Amino acid sequence: MSARSGPRGGEPLLDVRRLRVEFGGRTAAVRGASLSVSKGETHCLVGESGCGKSVTALAVMNLLARGARRQAEVLSFAGQDLLRLSDSRMSRLRGDRMAMIFQEPMTSLNPAYTVGSQMTEVLRRHRGTPRVQAVDRAAELLGRVGITAPGMRLGQYPHQLSGGLRQRVMIAMALMCDPELLVADEPTTALDVTVQAQILRLLAMLQRDLGLGILLITHDLGIVARVADRVSVMYAGEVVESAPTAELFAAPRHPYTRGLLSCVPAPGKTRREDPLGSIPGVVPRIPPGFQGCAFRDRCAHAAASCAAAVPRRPAGPDHEFLCTLPADWVRQEAAA
Amino acid sequence: MTLFLLRRLAVALLVAITVLTLSFMLTRLSGDLAISIAGPNASQEDVELIRRAYGLDRPLILQYFDWIGRAVLGDFGTSYFFRERVADLIGQRLPITITLGLVGLAIALAVAIPLGIAAAVQEGTWVDRTVMLVALVGQAMPSFWLGLLLMIVLGLQLQLLPISGTGSWEHYVMPGIVLAFSAIPALMRLTRSGMVEALSSDYIRTARAKGLTRLSILAKHALRNAAIPVVSIAAVQLGFMLGGSIVIETVFALHGVGFLAWESISKNDFPVVQAVVLVLALIYIALTLLADLLNAVLDPRLRTE
Repeated sequence: MSARSGPRGGEPLLDVRRLRVEFGGRTAAVRGASLSVSKGETHCLVGESGCGKSVTALAVMNLLARGARRQAEVLSFAGQDLLRLSDSRMSRLRGDRMAMIFQEPMTSLNPAYTVGSQMTEVLRRHRGTPRVQAVDRAAELLGRVGITAPGMRLGQYPHQLSGGLRQRVMIAMALMCDPELLVADEPTTALDVTVQAQILRLLAMLQRDLGLGILLITHDLGIVARVADRVSVMYAGEVVESAPTAELFAAPRHPYTRGLLSCVPAPGKTRREDPLGSIPGVVPRIPPGFQGCAFRDRCAHAAASCAAAVPRRPAGPDHEFLCTLPADWVRQEAAA
Repeated sequence: MTLFLLRRLAVALLVAITVLTLSFMLTRLSGDLAISIAGPNASQEDVELIRRAYGLDRPLILQYFDWIGRAVLGDFGTSYFFRERVADLIGQRLPITITLGLVGLAIALAVAIPLGIAAAVQEGTWVDRTVMLVALVGQAMPSFWLGLLLMIVLGLQLQLLPISGTGSWEHYVMPGIVLAFSAIPALMRLTRSGMVEALSSDYIRTARAKGLTRLSILAKHALRNAAIPVVSIAAVQLGFMLGGSIVIETVFALHGVGFLAWESISKNDFPVVQAVVLVLALIYIALTLLADLLNAVLDPRLRTE
């Protein structure tokens, strides 16, 4: 939740503290979210649709739509204060040291240009690499992301490729300049399950080989369990719980996290006749200046105190949650 | 790509044949040609004589194939009124009309595209609203009135440009501006809406995520996709300018094809009317074909339909 140099050690690659994003003064999409990504770490941001995950990612990259207002206590990348960076300095970082891939592989590539042209322009922009070398690099990366006959693919247009291939191209394109941070916004949501697995394996492999820090946004807890080092659960623009992956799955504390986990059947544990969990209601739209816990209307444990400021509670080393309940409430409840 | 080309060429050829037939039929529908050539005071014998002399007594189908056979070779017969070969008449007038049309289109594009882009980039601001207001006013302004206004201000008061004739390139500037004025609103609106759509697309978000410069995002990634409808409409507009510039050619005394068409229609000079319609239609078909090809260059998806 807050960035520490505790057990994980060293200064984080990406440090976001108390990020706020508002749209036209009517909607607060992100309300004081904090998270950090270290070198070589995969940090998963999970939550339902509309809880501010993508907006957080876009805010980090400074790609928010016009009319959005971004504020933060800290927003730094590799020691640079992104809040004070000019648009042109920021555009020099994007695609070079920090890269992003998106949920929509079908529409994220420009239909009018070849794969090769779109890949090489990244290197040409940031490094001034001559065309021939840039083409070599693009072919090498296409091979690396598991595309056969890269030479042929470079000459093709996006509409000639499948969704899985296009997402591989997007990933390869993001890697052109050897970034330190990769922000991946639901990169596998639009793809077939088999292709999803391939893409996830690919990301894990690239991370191991290149030491990438990855901020992975997903609503799929199966993906989280497989690839994340650390998980932050987002709800209505806030990070409500953050912990190392094993810890979060073993001992979730926030009622929302517990609700999310109960929505996923666990093979061997969940029996056929057990009801599968669900969380009643939908993520509310929060106006600026909202007080208290945003989850209280959907929460089975809600009390009067939930309308006041909510404390941030430690629940073990590197594990925090945002709730009025005490850290050991789950055990207490089980005992009672 | 070859298949695409062949298909477009086949369509163009079909349209050309249809136009050829229509232009032949329309002139025959407007009354007995022999009577109108002979004039109101001619005797019945004179009319019969003329009918035979011009071959109008033959079956229609023969006249049709005879005309097509000649037209393909560039022989459109002789004008009844000017007593000149129709091909020569059109040959003299066509360069004037084409020059005027190209000048008009160039001015229109030079104004409409930058303004359309500016409006799209500044969508919803005063820049956008001003540009759209100008487009509305431009659409509402009659061209002969604008022509006269320009003549008074630029020609008579400031004495910057000649007000009539075809002597030099300067003679084409004012009529070019007037022609451009009618084409600018549509071109500008299309540029704007195309750019607005492109700029909100996922691939522009990708381009920004890649850290590309603003110029590259606008000019390379957005404009190319926004240009496709603009190219199609520009071709249609140029067609209008070439065929429909009668008013402007009259106002500025530019004796182009539009003026010739007007003269020969009023004189019932049907070989000329037929030929003018045909030539303009062929130019129109060629322009449409050109626009299709340009779009296929811009958008690879069109090449592999």
